[in-house]
Amino acid sequence: MINLVKKRLRRTMMFLNAQKPGLIKDPYIYRPDSIILDLEDAVAENQKDAARFSLYHALKEIDYRGCERVVRINGLDTPYWQEDIRCAVAGGCDAIRIPKVECPKDVHRVEEEILKAEKDFGMPEGMILIMAAIESARGVMKALDICEASDRLFGIALSGGDYTKDLQTRITGTGIELMGARQNLIIAARAAKVQCFDTVYTNLDDMEGFQRDVETIHLMGFDGKSIVNPRQIPIVHDIFTPSGKDIIFAEKVVREIEEKKEMGIGVFTVDGKMIDIAFYDGARRTIELAKASGVYKGDL
Amino acid sequence: MINAVGREIPEEILKITGKEPFKGNHYFDGYEYKKDGPSTRCVINSEGSKLVENIHEVLVKCGIQDGMTLGFHHHFRDGDYVVNMVMEEIHNMGIKDITICASSLGKAHDKLVEFIEDGTITNIQSSGVRGKIGRAISEGKLKGLAVMRSHGGRVRAIETGEVRIDIAFIGSPTCDDYGNCRGIGGKSDCGVLSYSMVDADYADKVVAITDCLVPFPNFPAHISMTKVDYVVVVDEIGNPDKIATGAAKPTTDMRKLMMADYCTQFVVNTPYFKDGFSYQTGVGGASIASTISLSKIMKERNIRMKFGVGGLTKPMCDLLENNQVDALLDTQDFDLNAVESVINPKHFRISAGEYADPFNKGAVVNKLDFVILAALEVDVNFNCNVVVGSDGIITGAQGGHPDTAAGAKCTIVIAPLLQGRIPAICTDVTTVTTPGESIDVVITDYGIAINPRRQDLIDAMKNVDLPFKTIEELRDIAFSIVGEPERVQFDDKVVGIIEGRDGTVMDVVRKIKKFEFSGE
Repeated sequence: MINLVKKRLRRTMMFLNAQKPGLIKDPYIYRPDSIILDLEDAVAENQKDAARFSLYHALKEIDYRGCERVVRINGLDTPYWQEDIRCAVAGGCDAIRIPKVECPKDVHRVEEEILKAEKDFGMPEGMILIMAAIESARGVMKALDICEASDRLFGIALSGGDYTKDLQTRITGTGIELMGARQNLIIAARAAKVQCFDTVYTNLDDMEGFQRDVETIHLMGFDGKSIVNPRQIPIVHDIFTPSGKDIIFAEKVVREIEEKKEMGIGVFTVDGKMIDIAFYDGARRTIELAKASGVYKGDL
Repeated sequence: MINAVGREIPEEILKITGKEPFKGNHYFDGYEYKKDGPSTRCVINSEGSKLVENIHEVLVKCGIQDGMTLGFHHHFRDGDYVVNMVMEEIHNMGIKDITICASSLGKAHDKLVEFIEDGTITNIQSSGVRGKIGRAISEGKLKGLAVMRSHGGRVRAIETGEVRIDIAFIGSPTCDDYGNCRGIGGKSDCGVLSYSMVDADYADKVVAITDCLVPFPNFPAHISMTKVDYVVVVDEIGNPDKIATGAAKPTTDMRKLMMADYCTQFVVNTPYFKDGFSYQTGVGGASIASTISLSKIMKERNIRMKFGVGGLTKPMCDLLENNQVDALLDTQDFDLNAVESVINPKHFRISAGEYADPFNKGAVVNKLDFVILAALEVDVNFNCNVVVGSDGIITGAQGGHPDTAAGAKCTIVIAPLLQGRIPAICTDVTTVTTPGESIDVVITDYGIAINPRRQDLIDAMKNVDLPFKTIEELRDIAFSIVGEPERVQFDDKVVGIIEGRDGTVMDVVRKIKKFEFSGE
């Protein structure tokens, strides 16, 4: 069974500590596209069981009103990850985020546990998706293999904090230390036709810097960004949502291409720009993105 | 007897207080009465000073005795020292059975609980009783009935003679030796002395207490020497850090910003938002953020505010600085910016009576277009509770809530749907402070409800893209998230009344009792 929501709008994926009811009871109010209920770094070592308890009940009881519910499990080098998966699957999450992925085998191991849990808890098999977080140099080098490791895998994400430590550098705010990883990951993701998400920006006092960061990754082709605070959401959505101007141009391109195709014309101009069939998919993608973002009022 | 907001008012309470049950906002419109007046002791000598050595001496001179009613203002807010200072001395003198008639009481007055417990204080009349006093009253420790009044209602009660203040104490940031008081120029500035103006006009004895004696004449006086009997100088009348806070910073909380945005969008789409409109708002994060975003739209559309009222904070004073409003009418200053703005010639001090008294010939609230308020609870009839917590303990204050809500053309209440795990939108509020007929719009983080009485506003919002819902839908969403709470259980004993601004009984507050689980 294939999960039909494998490809959906994921401009913002907001991290939340699964152990804190105050945080996870209604984050949908801020309208992130996805929420990541975290059992890993946000939760202290001796609180992992309490966090699972909280997570399970949140997943069962709360109507998240269309927000995708992703659970970040603990690393495969810990004794927690299998029980994390069982709890998340039993609760009925939408996806599992695997931290520190370095090879396809990491994805396979998680996939096996998910399937086992789906069977144990009577959930439809194949429904729960996977995303892989890349947090090391090795992971970046293996990105394409990781992207192709499973049908359940909808995307990969860069985790900049651990990655830059692995490179023996640090987060500078300039983005230079993340350049290589970002480029590699977006290329790998596109080659494998999955989505790609950028790392968190933790300096909440520098919203201008955050905006520049998001503009950069948007131009690079990323599908979205991990978020640590609701204040970041409107900025990301604003940048990732096609503007009125973009939409009008995309509509023109789609209509013109379809019309010109009928007339046997392959290359022409729209608003002074040279357009051929290669632009069709991009224009359609803009319109689909506009529709998913709720800003499309046209009829294509 | 059931009143106009559906609350049961025990006959016994109506008998004891001599009051009527609430019958609707305009029940007393057009009512005529004769004002009550204070006794006045003439001063026709050239002794030239009203200075008295200390609090004890001035109490003796004023003839303090058991059973008196004392007036205080709350302009010093959480930094007030005056009430405690005076009551400490009264207690030491062995005086009992005092009625405190304060414009409000708060956490600064927690010390009064011991005086309540030992019978020094037997009655409290106040806008609010935040902190330990509220709890003490809810627990039934006050011998008499607590009377919670709005700011306008307090002026009414004093003017009509329902309350006769024997001695009023006016904490004054500056004062000269003849009793000219000002709210600025000292070391504990509060800006204005609006709440104590009615005390100065109607109390039999008026005592100014200051920590900053200045040369005569301390003009222009906020309270005139002609109304003051004595002046006492003390070391400190209040803690400046807690009197007026540093400028309230605009909130960064996304939930509050969202509600603020809804509020601004609603305001600008009403027919009242046009050049020359008037506006009042509170100190909450969402209210302040809404004022800031409103000022941007005013600029874009070239719309000026004719006047702003309050309870003033920096954002309102910024409108004056930026020449976006013609005048500010000030009854209270919440932050340092507001205190400093008092000297601006277009920043006018008004008395609590001019602000909100329903029993004068017309107060400012009647001219207000918009007021933005908060609430602890709102029910499906749009009744608001701002005094009693959902746990049954008295915790808040009426303030000017019922006054401004009754007067304004568009009354907006901003409240998050849930306070923790308690629904703010409910079927019936724990206690009614402001009747639903006064409330036009409720804005929550989950949506906006317009009072069905306001078809004009519903029509105005027809094509506006905001998340409108019915109040029942909002209530149902709240209950679907946190469940429907069981009602708070109260004892039969009535410990206080919520007085309507016109002196009628809006609701009663009963003594709390320990919750009994069914099956116990």
